[in-house]
Amino acid sequence: MNWIRQIGRTTLDRVSATGRAGLMLFGALIAPPSIKNIPLTIKQVYVVGVQSLAIIIVSGLFIGMVMALQGYTILTDYGAEGSLGPMVALSLLRELGPVVTALLFAGRAGSALTAEIGLMKATEQLSSLEMMAVDPLRRVVAPRFWAGMLSMPMLALIFSAVGILGGHLVGVDWLGVDAGSYWSIMQSTVDWDKDVINGVIKSLVFALVVTWIAIFKGYDSIPTSEGISQATTQTVVFSSLAVLGLDFVLTALMFGIE
Amino acid sequence: MNRYKTELMVGVFVLMTIAALLLLALKVANQTVVTDGDTYTLYAKFDNIGGLKVRSPVKVGGVTIGRVSSIKLDSDDYSPVVELTIQAEYNAFPETSSASILTSGLLGEQYIGFEPGFTIDGVENLADGDYIEDTSSALVLEELIGQFLFSRSSEE
Repeated sequence: MNWIRQIGRTTLDRVSATGRAGLMLFGALIAPPSIKNIPLTIKQVYVVGVQSLAIIIVSGLFIGMVMALQGYTILTDYGAEGSLGPMVALSLLRELGPVVTALLFAGRAGSALTAEIGLMKATEQLSSLEMMAVDPLRRVVAPRFWAGMLSMPMLALIFSAVGILGGHLVGVDWLGVDAGSYWSIMQSTVDWDKDVINGVIKSLVFALVVTWIAIFKGYDSIPTSEGISQATTQTVVFSSLAVLGLDFVLTALMFGIE
Repeated sequence: MNRYKTELMVGVFVLMTIAALLLLALKVANQTVVTDGDTYTLYAKFDNIGGLKVRSPVKVGGVTIGRVSSIKLDSDDYSPVVELTIQAEYNAFPETSSASILTSGLLGEQYIGFEPGFTIDGVENLADGDYIEDTSSALVLEELIGQFLFSRSSEE
């Protein structure tokens, strides 16, 4: 009998956690946008966006360089080095840009968001805000959420652009692919709506998921040092899994059915 | 971290994003050649379109003047009809012009090679919605090999 009860309890826990997460986001976003929150949001864009720039640019550069190197060794067997440009650009814009940015963002910024909000909860800063009649959902959660939603697509675009330049560095400057064919075949293959805009849509969805998970895990954490460490780990694990799973669904919707 | 520096860095972040977006728009996706703006439509009927796709370029002497905007089957004789969207500045092709499906390189993408015809009295220019009469289909490698084998066997 006990194991049936266990299943029931797990189900109820999951469902109520999902409900709490929805209520938290609803409570944070339903608030009328006030001018006072804009400086708070800008500060959070600095924390989650600008401070992630270094890791995004470095990984974008190296991923572009590695792809050019790997692609060149295979494509050169068929005498199709000219297709290096579209290969690098399409894989960055459609997949690697949004996905790798989301994974790095979850590790770099998501975990920090969880830890920060969790610690605020543990040191009862959230309760004291409520005591002062300040809604912590509007004051703490909403700016962080919007900052994540803004920063991630921007980071993904920078990632793709830097990666394409990295591919140019290796493919054209080191391996001797013709610069003209690198760019021109890329231009005739890459479509603005289909590739660039779909990539941005992907990274908006990932931004929603990763930021939401990060904030909720912090907001809902057990306010002890152990609880916060657990919540931080869960943020990275859950958001990475969610990003990879959703990526398949989004890819199937965007590119699978013609 | 004082507020001035924070806002400055966020500004730098936004500018970097705009730079990335511009690079992607102008250098990667080549938004400028996409047939926005004024265009007109021509139709061409082929026997076989091979690997032609929507968005394949339409070229005159190597210069892209438009793109394939849709591919359908004619409901009467079941032959493929290709809709071409041509930039409006190239609007003076005579009716004797021809369209053929060509391949760039040995294994490259297929495109429509458009050949402007001669102009004599009584030949009007192609207008919006006209059909190009003179078309030649894509070369399909299997058919070529089939013809080659057939001619070899008939020689023996």
